[in-house]
Amino acid sequence: MTPPETIRFDPEEFLRFGANGHAGRLGVRYEAHGEDWVDLALPYNPALVGDPESGVLASGPILAMMDVATSLSIWLKLGMFRPHATLDLRIDYLRPATPGRTVIGHGQCYRITRSISFIRGQAHDGDPGDPLAHVAGTYMFTEALP
Amino acid sequence: MILPPYADLLRLSADPEDRTILVMPFDDDVIGRPGFLHGGAIGGLLEMAAIVALKYALEEEGGGRIKPINVTVDYMRGGREKPTYAQGTVTRLGNRVANVEANAWQDDRSRPIAAARMNYLVARP
Repeated sequence: MTPPETIRFDPEEFLRFGANGHAGRLGVRYEAHGEDWVDLALPYNPALVGDPESGVLASGPILAMMDVATSLSIWLKLGMFRPHATLDLRIDYLRPATPGRTVIGHGQCYRITRSISFIRGQAHDGDPGDPLAHVAGTYMFTEALP
Repeated sequence: MILPPYADLLRLSADPEDRTILVMPFDDDVIGRPGFLHGGAIGGLLEMAAIVALKYALEEEGGGRIKPINVTVDYMRGGREKPTYAQGTVTRLGNRVANVEANAWQDDRSRPIAAARMNYLVARP
């Protein structure tokens, strides 16, 4: 049976649409996606540095990218856009990002209930086996189901 | 206190009446969905407020370097199109670890839009 005609959620297009918001200002780009995950890229930029002595990126931009990546992963798993708000987001900074390297943020949604989505993710700067940050959090849908 | 480049991107400045309160003006660079602040920008502001509070507390004890271990942000209300304020409080400043909390609000300090708890590694000279 052919599935009903629906417009699948497209994270690349969604990100382009919001290109002049905070994620756009940070330079966050689409990389890849699957059924319940998305990879985004945060290219190195001196304007995002948190420690001028070492040139290491501030933690804020990585938190912001992971917020976007994990949000997108929910809409991917759901197969559509549905407005939600971040309830909480925890990030463990496993090591500093290497100055000059692009940071890749992998966001995954592993459970969606009627009102809450549960997410996790990792960030790395070249080797996914050597992550620099780990995140976990929840989002709440802001509009009731029809 | 000289804030790092990322604080300039968020256009943060210290409140003239209380140097530990940071102000983030609303503009296109911090928008998430239309009409609302981006959760990441609020998180960035909270982290910066925590760092400012911790740096001042450390200065009184001879200074030192800090590294973030983790941050947990709770989002309570949507941030609207107006200035956002944030202030950090050092709950405990140990020899090696500091525990810091930070709150962000807009019109009314008793109605926070977000709060964060952070652990920092401290390296004293």
